[in-house]
Amino acid sequence: MTNLAIKTENLTKRYGSLEALKGVDLEVPPGFLFGIIGPDGAGKTSLIRTLATLVLPDGGRASVLGHDVVAEYRSIRNKMGYMPGRFSLYQDLSVLENLQLFASIYDTTIEKNYHLIKDIYQQIEPFKHRRAGQLSGGMKQKLALSCALIHEPEILFLDEPTTGVDPVSRNEFWEMLEDLKKKGISILVSTPYMDEAKLCDMVALIQNGTILSVNTPAEIVDSYNTPLYAIKATNKYQLLKDLKSYSYAASVFPFGEYIHYTDQRGLNVVEELKKHLEANNHSGIEVVSIAPTVEDCFMALMDEQV
Amino acid sequence: MRRFKAFVVKEFYHIFRDTKTLIILFGMPIVQIMLFGYAITNEIKDAKIAILDKSKDHLTVRLSDKILSSGYFQLSEYLYSEAEIEEVFRKGEVKQVVIYDKQFAQKLERDHQAKVQILADATDPNTANTLIKYTSSIINSFQQELAFGNPTPLTIKPEIRMLYNPNLESVFLFVPGLISVILMLISAMMTSISIAREKEIGTMEVLLASPMQPAQVIISKVIPYLILAFSNAIVILLLGYLVFGVPIRGSLLLLLLESILFIVMALSMGILISTITNSQQTALLISLMGLMLPTILLSGFIFPVENMPMPLQLISHLIPAKWFILILKSIMLKGTGILFFWKETLILVGFTFAFTFLSVKKFKIRVA
Amino acid sequence: MGKTIIEANRLSKIFGSFTAVNEITFMVKEAEIFGFLGANGAGKTTAIKMLTGLLSPTSGEAQVAGFDVYNQTEDIKRNIGYMSQRFSLYEDLTVTENIEFYAGIYGLSRSRIKEKTSELVQKLDLGKVQNALIKSLPLGWRQKLAFSVAIIHDPKIVFLDEPTSGVDPITRRQFWELIYEAAYQGITVFVTTHYMDEAEYCDRISMMVDGKIQALDTPELLKKQFDASTMHEVFVKMARPHEKI
Repeated sequence: MTNLAIKTENLTKRYGSLEALKGVDLEVPPGFLFGIIGPDGAGKTSLIRTLATLVLPDGGRASVLGHDVVAEYRSIRNKMGYMPGRFSLYQDLSVLENLQLFASIYDTTIEKNYHLIKDIYQQIEPFKHRRAGQLSGGMKQKLALSCALIHEPEILFLDEPTTGVDPVSRNEFWEMLEDLKKKGISILVSTPYMDEAKLCDMVALIQNGTILSVNTPAEIVDSYNTPLYAIKATNKYQLLKDLKSYSYAASVFPFGEYIHYTDQRGLNVVEELKKHLEANNHSGIEVVSIAPTVEDCFMALMDEQV
Repeated sequence: MRRFKAFVVKEFYHIFRDTKTLIILFGMPIVQIMLFGYAITNEIKDAKIAILDKSKDHLTVRLSDKILSSGYFQLSEYLYSEAEIEEVFRKGEVKQVVIYDKQFAQKLERDHQAKVQILADATDPNTANTLIKYTSSIINSFQQELAFGNPTPLTIKPEIRMLYNPNLESVFLFVPGLISVILMLISAMMTSISIAREKEIGTMEVLLASPMQPAQVIISKVIPYLILAFSNAIVILLLGYLVFGVPIRGSLLLLLLESILFIVMALSMGILISTITNSQQTALLISLMGLMLPTILLSGFIFPVENMPMPLQLISHLIPAKWFILILKSIMLKGTGILFFWKETLILVGFTFAFTFLSVKKFKIRVA
Repeated sequence: MGKTIIEANRLSKIFGSFTAVNEITFMVKEAEIFGFLGANGAGKTTAIKMLTGLLSPTSGEAQVAGFDVYNQTEDIKRNIGYMSQRFSLYEDLTVTENIEFYAGIYGLSRSRIKEKTSELVQKLDLGKVQNALIKSLPLGWRQKLAFSVAIIHDPKIVFLDEPTSGVDPITRRQFWELIYEAAYQGITVFVTTHYMDEAEYCDRISMMVDGKIQALDTPELLKKQFDASTMHEVFVKMARPHEKI
């Protein structure tokens, strides 16, 4: 029955008085591109490190590819690829030297598994004699991914691979993950960027060591069942204050150029809102009914928790 | 095995690409040995001396002239009584006092023998030794000058006394001492820093995530430093021998084997340090304060252990370098064999096992 | 919108053979929220250091709050506030100790410090934790306090270096409310970030790539110009103009 790629039951981890994971239950089917999404300090790294057998859990159980993370850590280490949050390769070694080193650590060669990394490695091959420390953020990520893949792992753990990387490289990185998934590798990836949720097959939203929701991105958005409005006016700060003090307001959050607003009345209130704002001397008013983003859902789930 | 080789090669890349550290590592022994060798031993020019001439005849005046015109010495003052000797030494400027016997010329002509006393301040034994050597050779050549065309041999007998440190304990000691300090530095400090660096930049995490056994990681990390430390030891021995004539009277093979033992001991110490720290800075601090200072101060390298207060003498037993210096001294200066220092060797072996045991116990197979 | 408060003209910084900032030209108006966008390593931090008088430019000109970045750095520092993600509050001091310390640095009088401290504690709802060490507070609270402390001396401009990276979405919005309030009160806000969606909160944005400013406009116009629905898309299209997304 354990053909799950990852299974955790009531997993807990604490560092001193800090509870990093408060009873996490998770089931990830094999061959999935699974995202863990949440802010810093939510427990993403603790979860990934526990699964990657680098941290001992304090309570509960976890297994990866059917192996227990505590007792059978060695079997897991043979079958997994891991990329920590920071760039963790040897900066004073060249691209090629890093790759060769990791190939030998796993007792394999670059040639043997070249088919796996070919698409990724070709992009950095022109710089193969450059020291890893001198690569751009995006290229470093590609090298790190190549190194994590060189031994043909069955599962990949990627801890915030796209944080701080430019949007172009981020897009490319997700395209690579999509390709790897097609080759049958299960992937667990964490990210603080809410907008990356839609690129995953399934996501777990995590906050304060607790999973808020596990679902497909579409279902997460679907489960948001309150009408949501995006509102804009010339004087944004005044708009924010006025909406917050509006007696029907349920939630008011600045959201880029707009303010995202939900109403206690639950009906279509576009016209009422416009009138209300006009009455408060706002100009350039724009009120539209919109579909929620994952970030809206995340905030709603956070609110429910409190 | 390929794994292992790849890892050792990678470690060498790290070392050779870090030019600054490399220069320090290879430059240091040379600079140190020159410092200890030249600055302390040979750089003697215009050393201040005092003369107590109880005879004041034509020969003592000639000899004094010869000594003072050699370039090595400079007259600080003439003394008029034995009582003044203690006082000039106490002031610290005067390094040597030359005392002529009463009726020096008369005795030499009558008995063909006269006495000169040379007193040296041996708190700095290297300097004292050199000063005495120079003075004796000047007296020697003066004696030959006088003997020229004289049928009966004349003897001026220099009577040498070292004050304050009569046995000249640390004359050649700086080479054995230096070897142990530098081996300690490269082996313990560099290993602990290099492992701490892997933790700091996060590569340790990636290595732990691989099926590589921690022991493999450690051993392959340590080998380059063993080679580096060993070649440094040879450089110091060669420099000591070629430049300063420090002898190796005993078995060279035994000396090298003992050095390897000491290096392995220091490496295991470095690994132990790295298991209890996560940053290069802490590793450096612990190595410097916890290893280097005691090694320099308490091993007998600079200050003789016998002159230390009892508590420090007891602590010095815990300094591995102390035992290594004893071994080196025995081989190099006394030319003795393993029979004379098997105890010290066993102590080093003991240290090695203890540190290795502790590090294996403390080494984490996980991040936290 | 009033007068110009920051003006940079072909400002460059070269480290050895590496050009960190390459002839950037822009201006910021008073009470504007100006976003300075770019990936890690694009040159944002170097640019901010030049504007805050911490680093002397290699060439070009710039004026901040009317003072020259080459030789009036002391005047600049008196008129700006600065907050960075990494270093802003002392973790081993309490909330009030931090407030008092920073207010003291800027030479506020004793009575004014007292007034400001109680005002801040009340505004940020820190009454219960005012004697707690900073390190015991959640990241979001710290960031909000750090921002308030950065403008405790009512500077003309406040520079925020990646102020909200990694903060949870709700706290992030509370943080932006503080920024809006500051701008409303007339403080110019200069924000760097690598969160593309964060840029949309700003009045105007400059997008930096490899030391150069590649685009500069309001988020609305930038999106229109690149026919994109998000700033993320704008950035991608700007960097790869010939490819389809």
